Amino acid sequence: MSADGRETVLRVDHINLSFGGLNALVDVSFDVYKSEILAIIGPNGAGKSSMLNVINGFYHPQQGAITYKGVTRHRMRPHVAASQGIARTFQNIALFKGMSTLDNIMTGRNLKMKRNFLLQALHWGPALREEIEHRKFVEQIIDFMEIEAIRKTPVGQLPYGLQKRVELCRALATEPELLLLDEPMAGMNVEEKEDMCRFILDVNDEFGTTMVLIEHDMGVVMDISQRVIVLDYGRKIAEGSPDEVRSNQDVIDAYLGVSHG
Amino acid sequence: METVGANGEGCTFPALFLENSERFGTRRVSIREKDYGIWQSYTWQEAREQMRDFALGLAAVGFKRGDRLCVVGDNRPQLYWGMMAAQCLGGVPVPLYQDSIEREMQYIVEHAEARFALVEDQEQVDKFLGIKPQCPKLECVIYKDPRGLRNYNEDFLLSFESVQQRGRAFGAEHPGFLEEEIGKIDPDDLAVICYTSGTTGKPKGVMLSHRNFIETTRTFLEYEGLNQEDTFLAYLPMGWIGDFFFSFGMAIVGGMTVSCPESTETVRHDLWEIGPTFFFAPPPIWQSLLTTVMIRMEDAAWIKRKLFHYFIDLATGQQKKRSRGERVGLLERLLYQIGNLLVYAPLKDNLGLSRIRIAYTAGEAIGPEMFDFFRALGINLKQLYAMTEAGIFISLQKSGEIKSDSSGPPVPWVDVKISGDGEVLIKGPGLFKGYLKNPEATREAFEDGYFKTGDAGFIDHDGHLKIVDRAKDVGKLQDGTIFAPKFVENKLKFSPYIKEAVAIGQGRSHVAAMINIDAQSVGNWAERRHLAYGSYTDLAQKPEVLELIEQEVRRVNQSLAEEDQLKGAQIRKYLILHKELDPDDEEITRTRKVRRGFVAEKYKDLIAALYTDADHVQTEAKVTFEDGREATIKADLAIRAVDANA
Repeated sequence: MSADGRETVLRVDHINLSFGGLNALVDVSFDVYKSEILAIIGPNGAGKSSMLNVINGFYHPQQGAITYKGVTRHRMRPHVAASQGIARTFQNIALFKGMSTLDNIMTGRNLKMKRNFLLQALHWGPALREEIEHRKFVEQIIDFMEIEAIRKTPVGQLPYGLQKRVELCRALATEPELLLLDEPMAGMNVEEKEDMCRFILDVNDEFGTTMVLIEHDMGVVMDISQRVIVLDYGRKIAEGSPDEVRSNQDVIDAYLGVSHG
Repeated sequence: METVGANGEGCTFPALFLENSERFGTRRVSIREKDYGIWQSYTWQEAREQMRDFALGLAAVGFKRGDRLCVVGDNRPQLYWGMMAAQCLGGVPVPLYQDSIEREMQYIVEHAEARFALVEDQEQVDKFLGIKPQCPKLECVIYKDPRGLRNYNEDFLLSFESVQQRGRAFGAEHPGFLEEEIGKIDPDDLAVICYTSGTTGKPKGVMLSHRNFIETTRTFLEYEGLNQEDTFLAYLPMGWIGDFFFSFGMAIVGGMTVSCPESTETVRHDLWEIGPTFFFAPPPIWQSLLTTVMIRMEDAAWIKRKLFHYFIDLATGQQKKRSRGERVGLLERLLYQIGNLLVYAPLKDNLGLSRIRIAYTAGEAIGPEMFDFFRALGINLKQLYAMTEAGIFISLQKSGEIKSDSSGPPVPWVDVKISGDGEVLIKGPGLFKGYLKNPEATREAFEDGYFKTGDAGFIDHDGHLKIVDRAKDVGKLQDGTIFAPKFVENKLKFSPYIKEAVAIGQGRSHVAAMINIDAQSVGNWAERRHLAYGSYTDLAQKPEVLELIEQEVRRVNQSLAEEDQLKGAQIRKYLILHKELDPDDEEITRTRKVRRGFVAEKYKDLIAALYTDADHVQTEAKVTFEDGREATIKADLAIRAVDANA
């Protein structure tokens, strides 16, 4: 529980991660509260993506622990994280380019499918009924994210901004409790960014999904996140509301550089 | 076909709707909407129940006779039911354009004194929340789609379902209430108030009665041979009278099935899935269909491209022959059939137009090439002339008597005459009942019982109505020749190389034109000729480009010479502008209409030069970039003279 009584979904406790001699994360600790949007910001190479990779079990920290929904773990594997309700999107879009938007989002339902492989391949009986159920769910996401027009389009043909949206849809298809977004607005134009902001807020509003996002665009961060954590050279240098962080001297130094003279 | 009963039976939309639901019950579909990727159908029976619950719910929340219900959103069954529900209770629906900004909505909501609004989604709810404080009469906003509205706690916001729920409770307490209310509607009560877009001044609320609509619709259906087997895609903006006519009025009078697309972006695909039998689209939509086809053909394999061009040329050639009244030989007709098998039919299928029996276009002039292209494919595309105040149609091309540059003979139920100044005057059963709360404008709009359309036109020797321009823009040259700037400009703009044009001539010795080239197509043309150019301004002043445009001007003059009334108004001088006319510079409106006054003032040095013997003129112009910065372009523009045809 946090000071104001909010439930903690995820606790990051004194995490240290290094690759050989390179310290990617140094003694990082923070809490993520239920249904909040938390932004992680920092200059290039500050360890932001590494942090997400630690949370969903892709990287294994040398020290420290992650407590998710009250269970502390030292080692975690991505597929286990996914089945526990942690979903993520990637900085450089990881969709199946040759598959349609619909099929890509359907893959997000894979973990929820109970029928065996053979029945699914035959597309018959209970497997068919199950697929229809999942398709219904996916259609609701398509409706929610307003991508009806590209349902059957191979994602490789879509503009970048839409691919990002499809990736978010696929993450939503897993019905996540914790959603990790790695630079959801990178490379977008202003309009696409505004759209994406609206969708992120809508998802948070409608489903109460807890979100941790990495973002470079300070305008976006200030607009949509309730709390901000700042990393620099693998260390947490600030934590607080967008306004607090904006006026923090360490943060200003980290971003603008400081004269050593 | 039933006639309108003296006691008003079958003469109001709710009464007709009930009749249809009795007649078709669960056997026929009234309306369908694509949702969650599937076409969800409502039979007449289901539509009636949905509508009834909502109407009773409206009554339960206090909707009274004479109240007005603003309706805003994309085409959705719920919004159409809402319009019908308002009518059932003796109220009037006021459909608005869904892309209107807050200020525009506020004006209409206030002016119509609407107490209730039915809107589609959060986007529209936000606008209504914004205008609510300025519209004290507005009491209740009902939304169809709850998405994103979870945390909206305003107590005047109700969901469509919750209103229906109240309706069911209200209906249980007041059996027979709705039938009684429907019985009270008089055929002369208002069926709808449509606000005209208002290119001049504030929008005006055009009041149309049930009788206006139902009578003209019945005659129209008979005239065009449309019936309950026909189907339509409801994709036009609901705020426009045309959508009310096609998707609401005609569907109910004719008992047709209407389909609502999934979203505005999916219209093309939904069109293909539904395959409607009649279709209406303004010229820009036909243009975009044509452009997509052409672009996709350019990317096709060479054999397909060859086949396509060969057969399209063949078909348009035959089309031109037919419209000139010449005979098409047996061999040619045989080739057409082969073309149909190989090209036309697959292409129409791809566009979703394979089942089309009748297609319409209206709103502005359509280029003859484009018109011929679609007709050549075997699509019965027809032009019509319509107006909100006229209860819609004024003239309509008859199948078999098609000309690319007329809007057909006046429809039999409308009496058309041309005033001394060349303005089109009309009279007929569909004529509106006046402008809402604006008796003065209503009075001004009429002359001896005829409605003044504000359009200038003439009836040609075949009895077809030709609209040339807005009456107030039509002027005269010094020698008294009638000069219709838009008519000339449209003819210029039919050229693929000309994007915009401004014709000048009011009170002058001759007509002159300032032309904007189409940077893309002229650029392409130049590249194919290995013509190097730097900027737009540079391209525009290349002698070769001037020559290219001169051919287009000559072509326009030739076609002007064919009309006795207009042959004096041929273009004698022209220049190509060094910058594109741009809404950011206020030279054209956002809907791409030239702002004549502004342009005349801004380019007065150029216009003056067009009426001297000079063969070039120095100028500079200010341009505004999208981020608000301004810059100046200096240029030396050539002025060319053209001979007129006799």
